[in-house]
Amino acid sequence: MKSKIVLFIIGFLVWALLTWPLDLQHLIAGLIVAAFIAFITGDLFSQRPHHFGHITRYLWFSYYVPVFLWECLKANIDVAMRVLNPKLPINPGIVKVKTTLKSDTGLTFLANSITLTPGTLCVDIDAEKGILYIHWIDVKTQDIDKATELIVSNFEKILKKIFE
Amino acid sequence: MNSIQQITGMVFIIVGLGFDIFGCIGLLRLPDVYNRLQATTKCVTLGTCSILLGAFILKGVSTTGIKAILVAIFLLLTSPVAAHALARGAHKSGVKLWPKSVVDKYEQDGN
Repeated sequence: MKSKIVLFIIGFLVWALLTWPLDLQHLIAGLIVAAFIAFITGDLFSQRPHHFGHITRYLWFSYYVPVFLWECLKANIDVAMRVLNPKLPINPGIVKVKTTLKSDTGLTFLANSITLTPGTLCVDIDAEKGILYIHWIDVKTQDIDKATELIVSNFEKILKKIFE
Repeated sequence: MNSIQQITGMVFIIVGLGFDIFGCIGLLRLPDVYNRLQATTKCVTLGTCSILLGAFILKGVSTTGIKAILVAIFLLLTSPVAAHALARGAHKSGVKLWPKSVVDKYEQDGN
C-alpha cells in the first residue's frame, strides 16, 4: 500500500511538471491517471517503501548529486582528450570488480554512476555474487581488489547510505 | 529577459554542442563497439543535458523550461542503461574486443 502511495505522488508530480503551468483541468486529469497507474502497478514500484520516509537518505542523495556531476564532467573532458589526441591513447579491457550493495535500485544506480564516470562502462552485473564486469578504456590494474578500490569504492560508500 | 540570462544560456548550449561533437568524433575514431559506447554515452549524455539546461536558463520556469529539465533527468537515468544493454548484447552475440585489448574477464568467466 505504501508503495502505491509513493508511486502516486511521484506520478502526479511528473504529470504536474509536464503540463506546467498548473490549472485545474490538467490537475484533475493527472489525479485520475496517477491513481489508476498507482493502483495497477504500485506493488512493483518499490520493495521497501518505508525508505522514502528517511530524511538522512535525501541528505545523502543531495550530497551524491554534485559528486556525480563533477565526476561526469571529468569523464567528458577525459574522453575529449583521448579522442582528440592523434596517438589515441587507449588500453581497453574488461575487468571484474566486487560490490557489497544488494538492493536492485542501489546496483542500478551504481552501474549508472560507473558508466558516466571517467573511462569505465558497466557491461554486466552478477547480483548474487556481487560482481560487476566493467569495460575500462585504460586498464590500470587487472587485480580485482585494486580495481574495486579505483572504480567502485568512491560511489559505493555514498550509495550504501542512500539505498541500503 | 536580461542579457546575463541570455549569455549564460548560450554558453551552456555551446559547451553542450562541443561535447556532442567530441562524442561523434569518438564514435568515428575509436576501434570497437565498447570503446565507441564509452565515448558516445558520456559525451552525448552530458552534452545534451547541457543543451537542455541552456534551454531552461533561456526560457525560465515556463512550459518549455520545465520540460527541458524533465527530459534532462530522464536522459541521465536512461542513457547509461541503454549503453549497458547494448554492451551486454554485443558481448553475448559474440562481438570480439579490439585485438589490442588487454584483458577480457567476462569471457574468461564463461559468459
